[in-house]
Amino acid sequence: MTEQLQRILPTVQKPARYVGGEYGQVIKSKQEVDVRVAFCFPDTYEIGMSNIGMRILYGVMNDMPGVWCERVFTPWGDMEAQMRRHALPLYALESKDPVKEFDLIAFTVGYEMSYTNILNMLNLAGVPLRAKDRKGLKNLVFAGGACMYNPEPLADFLDFVSLGEGEEITKEILQLYRKAKLEDWEKEEFLRAVAQIPGVYVPSFYEPVYQEDGTLQAIVPNPSAPKTVLKRIVKDLDSAYYPTDTLVPSMEIVHDRTNVEVFRGCIRGCRFCQAGFCYRPVRAKSAQVLYHQAVASLESSGNDEITLSSLSTSDYKELDVFADKMLDYCIPRKIKLSLPSLRADNFSRELMLKLRKSGRSSLTFAPEAGTQRLRDAINKNVTEEEILTTCRIAFSGGWNAVKLYFMLGLPTETDEDVLGIAELVWKIIKEWKAYGSEKKRGLSINLSTAFFVPKPFTPFQWEAQITPEEYMRRVHLLQSAIKTKMVDYRYHGPELSRLEAVLARGDRRLGAVLEEAVKNGARLDSWEEYFRNDIWMEAFASCGLDPNFYACREFGKEEVFPWQTISIGLRREFFWHEREKAYQSLTTSDCRTQCAGCGANSLCPGGVCDA
Amino acid sequence: MHRLLFSKTADAIWTSHLDVMRIFQRAFLRAHIPIAHTQGYSPHPFVSVILPLSVGTASQCEILECTLEDKEISFQETQERLNQVLPEGIQVKEVYESSRKAKELTYLQARLELCYDSGIPSGASEMLNSLYSRETLEITKKSKKGETLLDIRPMIQSVQVQDHSPTQIWLDTVVCAQNPSCNPLFLVTAIQTYLSQLAPDFVRCSREEVFDKEGRVFR
Ligand code: SF4
Ligand code: SF4
Repeated sequence: MTEQLQRILPTVQKPARYVGGEYGQVIKSKQEVDVRVAFCFPDTYEIGMSNIGMRILYGVMNDMPGVWCERVFTPWGDMEAQMRRHALPLYALESKDPVKEFDLIAFTVGYEMSYTNILNMLNLAGVPLRAKDRKGLKNLVFAGGACMYNPEPLADFLDFVSLGEGEEITKEILQLYRKAKLEDWEKEEFLRAVAQIPGVYVPSFYEPVYQEDGTLQAIVPNPSAPKTVLKRIVKDLDSAYYPTDTLVPSMEIVHDRTNVEVFRGCIRGCRFCQAGFCYRPVRAKSAQVLYHQAVASLESSGNDEITLSSLSTSDYKELDVFADKMLDYCIPRKIKLSLPSLRADNFSRELMLKLRKSGRSSLTFAPEAGTQRLRDAINKNVTEEEILTTCRIAFSGGWNAVKLYFMLGLPTETDEDVLGIAELVWKIIKEWKAYGSEKKRGLSINLSTAFFVPKPFTPFQWEAQITPEEYMRRVHLLQSAIKTKMVDYRYHGPELSRLEAVLARGDRRLGAVLEEAVKNGARLDSWEEYFRNDIWMEAFASCGLDPNFYACREFGKEEVFPWQTISIGLRREFFWHEREKAYQSLTTSDCRTQCAGCGANSLCPGGVCDA
Repeated sequence: MHRLLFSKTADAIWTSHLDVMRIFQRAFLRAHIPIAHTQGYSPHPFVSVILPLSVGTASQCEILECTLEDKEISFQETQERLNQVLPEGIQVKEVYESSRKAKELTYLQARLELCYDSGIPSGASEMLNSLYSRETLEITKKSKKGETLLDIRPMIQSVQVQDHSPTQIWLDTVVCAQNPSCNPLFLVTAIQTYLSQLAPDFVRCSREEVFDKEGRVFR
């Protein structure tokens, strides 16, 4: 195996992706291990190693005596070709043992467009794709992660799904597995038992019944399975497991720095945002704990840059306290502190100066929509005034680059809203002309638009996506309204976002499409150089399914959703009410100002939904 | 200026030149060994590895330059502390002070292990010996600008051919390290060019030692 690998590696790009051996990787003696987990990330090494969830769960599992969790990533196309040519099966980085030899094969899934990588990885591992074809306890395949709140398109391939935050549930699953293995259970027996762990969803225990028009009539659980499965959360982040001794990749990865998680959830309720709702209720770490974790992580990794991560870091109440303390640590040590996803409405002059000191000069805004009316409709509480004021402060302090993110195709969007984007850009340029203190360096505006994707567990889960043609018309409309070279406009292609919409709201029948697409070469779909829309379209055709049925159709108010069995703790009526408010351009206040009664507080009795 | 002599073996050979420097920058921080930073807008710990090694080649004699700032930490301790926090396959062998210029490094000794899966072809050693004693050895070198012909013979100081096992021939060679530089693997390219029937199935390459102009070990 190793000899074979050594011969393949000189022929592929970035061979360091495929060998492990990094500082901090966990090696255990096989004699002391009775449960082995192949922890798979369905994308490249550089992306997977940047994923904080992966790092947390790697730590959680390896912290358990007798459990050895190893990493597996999607090989790049050149490596895959070589592996297939030399019949080298997919292996785990730490031991280099084939994935096929592992007890459990776990996937952490963050985005829909990695589904084909999951199938392709199983295939490369030589493990049967369909759950029903895998007999016995070995090679149980399960998944979790941000995108598994509707796992239905993968239902045929997964033995079970772990919903929500994994720190606690993963341990419970592994403990049960150990017992099952020791007592030599049948697979069926294990599945019945694992379904009793709160937060575990076993797709094969539910039978979808379709109506003639293709929509669902019902999803029928078998008698031993719970009617709904509620996601898990970690109630107290201060005491939750957090790995401060983590693996330090030997090659450059996407987020090549220490990353500390500030809070989970988001007090805002932007109506398109799945993460915002799915991670509710908001739970914060105290500045004290955060500081200790930050310092310990920096020291153990030797990183010279640190980021705070959360959905909306500047909403963190203790940000000032923390940033001050952290900068006192960072500046003398020449460590760079960077704060992503700042919000326009609480970007203070002081914070700006501090950031400038640590080497930042680019502002990022995500107003998502071009007019106040549409921003109200999507509940994006950013006003033009706030954006312009922030720009003014920043420009006068020497900043000269702005990144702007918008979406096209949002519900209720009109041409006026599209053109509003260009107007807002123009107003930003005017601010710079009036207040910019370093005009010589010029202003650069990076404008990018994404194609709105309706997602489960959002107020827009019922919405139809506009057609790719209509999306492109709006792109061109916007393009023609931007007349200056200071603006670099980039837009996402429509095909990928349409497929994302299909998979996000898809049902079990899509399993056949996935399998067919993978068979015909679909993989690494989120990479432009690999994405092939034609393969997908052929797969839909040969399976007799219409992508527009999933993407471009408005779902009925009472329609049975494919993800009906799963609950994130928020009421369906709340989402519907929010949707109605969107059509009236009415905003909902954030959770700090006033509770909107979504239901998430029931997950965390006694806690407050705030950061 | 200080130098660290380190080896790069096992799976660490797949790490690139730039990544090795980043590995050391972090290792110094993990080991709490302060080193001088670069000047300028975004200062970072300064390290430099002389004579970039190609990905896939092992080495016993890599040299990293930096400036150790804390006089209290002995060279011995620096070495020990770094070795505790370096990834598999990268090991510091010596820490020392040096005023010699990197450009004095002139020759390098390398070992090439030629693997023949179905046994060494008969007469291979003799043919290789006469190959390397030719007057000229021209190979085509691919670069971004296209292909160029390169005579590597003047850059080869010595080659020893040795039947190591029934399936392996080892070449121990000393070549020019820089100005001009000869990648030891060019010796294999020469085999492919002149004796294609002797082209090995696989080659492992390891840098063994570096020398100055007079042939003394360079540190
Ligand atoms: S601010 Fe809005 S878009 Fe951002 S994470 Fe929160 S809810 Fe989502
Ligand atoms: S229960 Fe209220 S405060 Fe808590 S997340 Fe829901 S709306 Fe916000």
